[in-house]
Amino acid sequence: MADRQGVLVIGEVANGKLNPSSTEMLAHGRKLADSLKEPLSIALLGQDLGAAPKEAIAFGADKVHAVTDPLLKEYQVDAYLAAITKVAQQHTPRVVLLAKGPIGSEVGPRLAFRLDTAVIQDCLEVRIDAEKKLVGNRPVYGGNCMATITSLGEPMMAIVRPKTGDPLARNDSRHGEVVAFSPRLEASVIKSRVVERVEKAQEGVRLEDAAIVVSGGRGLGSAAPFTNEIKDLADLLGAAIGASRAVVDSGWISHDHQVGLTGKTIAPNLYIMVGISGASQHMAGCSAAKVIVAINRDSDAVIFNDARYGVAGDWKKVLPAFIQQIRAMK
Amino acid sequence: MTLNIIVTAKQVMDPETPATAYRVDREKKRVDSDPSARIAPVINGFDENGVEAALRIKDALKDVKVTVLSAGAAFTMDVMKKALSMGSDEMVLVQDPALENISDSTITAKVLAAAVKKIGSFDLIITGRQASDWDNAQVPLGLAELLGVPCIPLTRKVDVKDRQVVCERVTGNVHEVISAQLPAVVTVSNELGTPRYPTLRNIMAAARKQPTIWSLGDLGLSAAALAPKLKMLDLFIPKKQSQCEMITGEDEADAGKNLALKLREAKLV
Ligand SMILES: Cc1cc2nc3c(=O)[nH]c(=O)nc-3n(C[C@H](O)[C@H](O)[C@H](O)COP(=O)(O)OP(=O)(O)OC[C@H]3O[C@@H](n4cnc5c(N)ncnc54)[C@H](O)[C@@H]3O)c2cc1C
Ligand SMILES: Nc1ncnc2c1ncn2[C@@H]1O[C@H](COP(=O)(O)O)[C@@H](O)[C@H]1O
Repeated sequence: MADRQGVLVIGEVANGKLNPSSTEMLAHGRKLADSLKEPLSIALLGQDLGAAPKEAIAFGADKVHAVTDPLLKEYQVDAYLAAITKVAQQHTPRVVLLAKGPIGSEVGPRLAFRLDTAVIQDCLEVRIDAEKKLVGNRPVYGGNCMATITSLGEPMMAIVRPKTGDPLARNDSRHGEVVAFSPRLEASVIKSRVVERVEKAQEGVRLEDAAIVVSGGRGLGSAAPFTNEIKDLADLLGAAIGASRAVVDSGWISHDHQVGLTGKTIAPNLYIMVGISGASQHMAGCSAAKVIVAINRDSDAVIFNDARYGVAGDWKKVLPAFIQQIRAMK
Repeated sequence: MTLNIIVTAKQVMDPETPATAYRVDREKKRVDSDPSARIAPVINGFDENGVEAALRIKDALKDVKVTVLSAGAAFTMDVMKKALSMGSDEMVLVQDPALENISDSTITAKVLAAAVKKIGSFDLIITGRQASDWDNAQVPLGLAELLGVPCIPLTRKVDVKDRQVVCERVTGNVHEVISAQLPAVVTVSNELGTPRYPTLRNIMAAARKQPTIWSLGDLGLSAAALAPKLKMLDLFIPKKQSQCEMITGEDEADAGKNLALKLREAKLV
């Protein structure tokens, strides 16, 4: 369709601030818009958007669709979808980008079905080819294989994994346009209801933001090391604690510590993995870690293909001496 | 009144296949395993969680019928029958050569939606959060859109009360209870808990059950209705170069100490 134009990011706002993953999507979107020589816009949804529209311009947007409605006060998928569908129908973007996460992963595919197109899931990289087609590179089969996929539908859509690109430097003198939009949502669009919502207080450093992460796997043998050695080391380094799915499924530590394809995506400077085999589904969550250190009893463990430094040994012997030396150097 | 639950289940290559056994046919854009590794197909793990979720509802409410639905080009019956041996009542297989190696979720969702309509009445569709081959996590969301019903993804507990489905889910640090009017789609994750083992009695009962098999023609679906929306340009196995420096010492404790010294030297701690 000749009249489709521009790149639209579906942004996320929390407490009047732009979500970090949205600033990353703006950087991805800027690259696509520049190679298309078309504008970059972002849709922000809420009851009150605070300073987020200005922030979005400072991080690279040319235009902000400020979509406000009382029904958008809290994220509710049906209301969000109804509003975003209206924006997408009115402004006919060529490309739509969303961040992989609780909101993007739910809204993206449903929006695609509503617009009778498809979304390329979980991209590590997106680009525009010579025919102005969107192309995404994404892991499949748990990260064991990579696929390069292009869109045949319109608009062309991608869900991009967080931590796959740095936000642009904030520039508060950048110019852009903020367009207010009231979708006038009917309460009847809402089809599911939150009966109860409890937010657990964050203990220590947030896993996704931590500069150092210490993770434990099934090789730890029980829950105890998570409250002893692993915790001691994490405290000493100011690190967050991660875990493999095997450990979470065994109930040794709560699910919010899981790193991986179906857990959290982390990008620490240092990732210390103890008793984790290095299955592709785990590595899918930490491929952006700068330096991986592995302690594993099995010198053939696949984790040593990804690690920068490794010790082949029993953690029960290696870890206490490691901790003691770290403490001595403090 | 009987509560009708449909559980979708996909046959996939065992995702715990060791990385070295993966092979790719770059021409056909198809993933395979090294034949000598003899990797068996399995029911997608999250779909076994889905069967378990449905059977827990059946345990609680009794008057419940659980139908397992799958789409594919070919099935290994011994593998698929596990869903029946766990205690499901019926199985519907949409089997058609045109469903070979489909990675475009829009096609799968349209096929499953047509099959759901042909099955007739349903109250609840339970699916896995994602299929461990293409990791798309899209088919259930598409099903909900195509059927025009609510969708609650990534749940760890599913109950039905007074024509409502009530689900628990945890995302990040947030614990939520979410409800929706039936009919609805919910997706489940591994936190739901371990799927039950088939009992001898259920294995015998399953052996006598014949799945219903439909082709795309039986669903009234033409090739045009299933035109792809995505195209795979390339499929490959990423190359890894190991650059691991193994740290040793007089014994394992000494290696631990040397590791700390190494990390200090590299200014990492
Ligand atoms: C669709 C799908 C999604 C998944 N998503 C995730 C995910 O998000 N995150 C995730 O982590 N997994 C995920 N998995 C599971 C993944 O495939 C692996 O099964 C899991 O990561 C294995 O966890 P592990 O390394 O702790 O356990 P194991 O594979 O059992 O490895 C334990 C390791 O500990 C070592 N060890 C044992 N004893 C000692 C000792 N005394 N000292 C030192 N080392 C020792 C062993 O040599 C071994 O390497 C997923 C799987 C599927 C199918
Ligand atoms: N071919 C299929 N047959 C049956 N169910 C499927 C099929 N493809 C996907 N599903 C269901 O949809 C869920 C999500 O799959 P996907 O969107 O492909 O990652 C799976 O866990 C299944 O329950």
